[in-house]
Amino acid sequence: MSKVIFANLVRFFFLIIIQVFLLKNVGYYNLATPFLYILFILLLPFNTPNLLLFALSFLAGLTVDVFYDTPGVNAAACTVLALVRIIFIDVTVHRDGFDNEPEPRLGIMGFRWFLFYAIVATLFHHITLFLLETFHFAEIQYTLVRVVLSSLLTILLILIAEFIFYKKKLR
Amino acid sequence: MRNLWLFISKYNAFFLFVIFFVSSLTLLLRYNSYQKASVLNSSNQVVGTAFENVNHFESYLNLGRVNDSLATENARLRGMLKLSKSNDSVVQKAVNDTLTHQQYTYIVAKVINNSVNQKNNFITLNRGKKHGIVKGMGVISTGGVVGIVADASDNFSTVQSVLNNDTRISATIVGSNAPGSLIWGIGNFDYRQAVLQDIPNDKQVKRGARVVTTPYSAIFPAGIPIGTVIATDKKGGSSFLDIEVKLSVDFSNLGYVYVVNNLMAAEQLQLEANSKKDE
Repeated sequence: MSKVIFANLVRFFFLIIIQVFLLKNVGYYNLATPFLYILFILLLPFNTPNLLLFALSFLAGLTVDVFYDTPGVNAAACTVLALVRIIFIDVTVHRDGFDNEPEPRLGIMGFRWFLFYAIVATLFHHITLFLLETFHFAEIQYTLVRVVLSSLLTILLILIAEFIFYKKKLR
Repeated sequence: MRNLWLFISKYNAFFLFVIFFVSSLTLLLRYNSYQKASVLNSSNQVVGTAFENVNHFESYLNLGRVNDSLATENARLRGMLKLSKSNDSVVQKAVNDTLTHQQYTYIVAKVINNSVNQKNNFITLNRGKKHGIVKGMGVISTGGVVGIVADASDNFSTVQSVLNNDTRISATIVGSNAPGSLIWGIGNFDYRQAVLQDIPNDKQVKRGARVVTTPYSAIFPAGIPIGTVIATDKKGGSSFLDIEVKLSVDFSNLGYVYVVNNLMAAEQLQLEANSKKDE
């Protein structure tokens, strides 16, 4: 248990640092800006209680917000992401499988499931994020282009990160 | 109660989502000035567009009356042609232009929102800064003085109409030359009447005399009609008259107005400010 907490704590700090010091300066003009830190929320263990999941998501979003000077935007997007995660896992994973599959990782759940999971979660997060950031529907095409391009970049980074820390478990 | 608790715990994800999402939106709206302003702005945009659309339909209903007023104005303008005047019109003409300098230009605007029943009435026009309107310009219509521009955005402007407690318009009675100020809303909320104050009581004021703007203000050209005298009220002991004026503009039915741009206003105000400084 303490090992899981420690691993997630390290992951949290590592991803936030990468996000606010490196990825904040990375991007294709204003169109594609990656938000890799949501990987922390994606990789929380299956048996995380809902309250803890929401609280951690909110906290992660708020931490990034503090560095981005946009209080509330990332926090709201991460809250949406947490809800999407709960629903998605509820629909696709059987409850009794939790014991031998502790975390929703690429190496454990398989490439297809993880790719789908990452795409759905990232899209919802980015749609919320960019809509709240622009805050009007006047330039909706521009906002949608930003959502799609940023999602592509984020998903690519998530997959790369997962392949680097690939742990194939034999079942 | 137990059922309620079961219900909440069964759908706890949704309730937790609502709680956290609302708190993050609160943060968003409280600490981000852009989003905060945007909420107000977009509503303003919505309101402005709505008014404009409604007015677009209303303007069809009013076409008959607008036609009438345009015809009346045509007749009035025709009357002002040199052809239909004898020589004594020189005095009136000299106010507005000399041969080489234009002092006043007029910007046509359409009234898109209007009120006559408030304590302080404002009018919204569909012209703004883009069209050269700035705060403090005078607004007149076919009938006479309407108000003073209170504020202007890019495309719209609001006019503090004569029917406003804070509006003071420098006015005089034709033939007397004593400047007074026209006010509205002190014990009187009839949109057809206003009160002219500060006219000394030694002046002879007849019923039906015309009330016009004075040449002393930088806002309106001299001689723009305001209304006609309907009653003079001599209060005992006071050296000034309170004159009831029937307004010549029908504020309940405003269509098109003209915003007065005094090209020499800045110069006049600057000069007056300088003289005051010297004192």
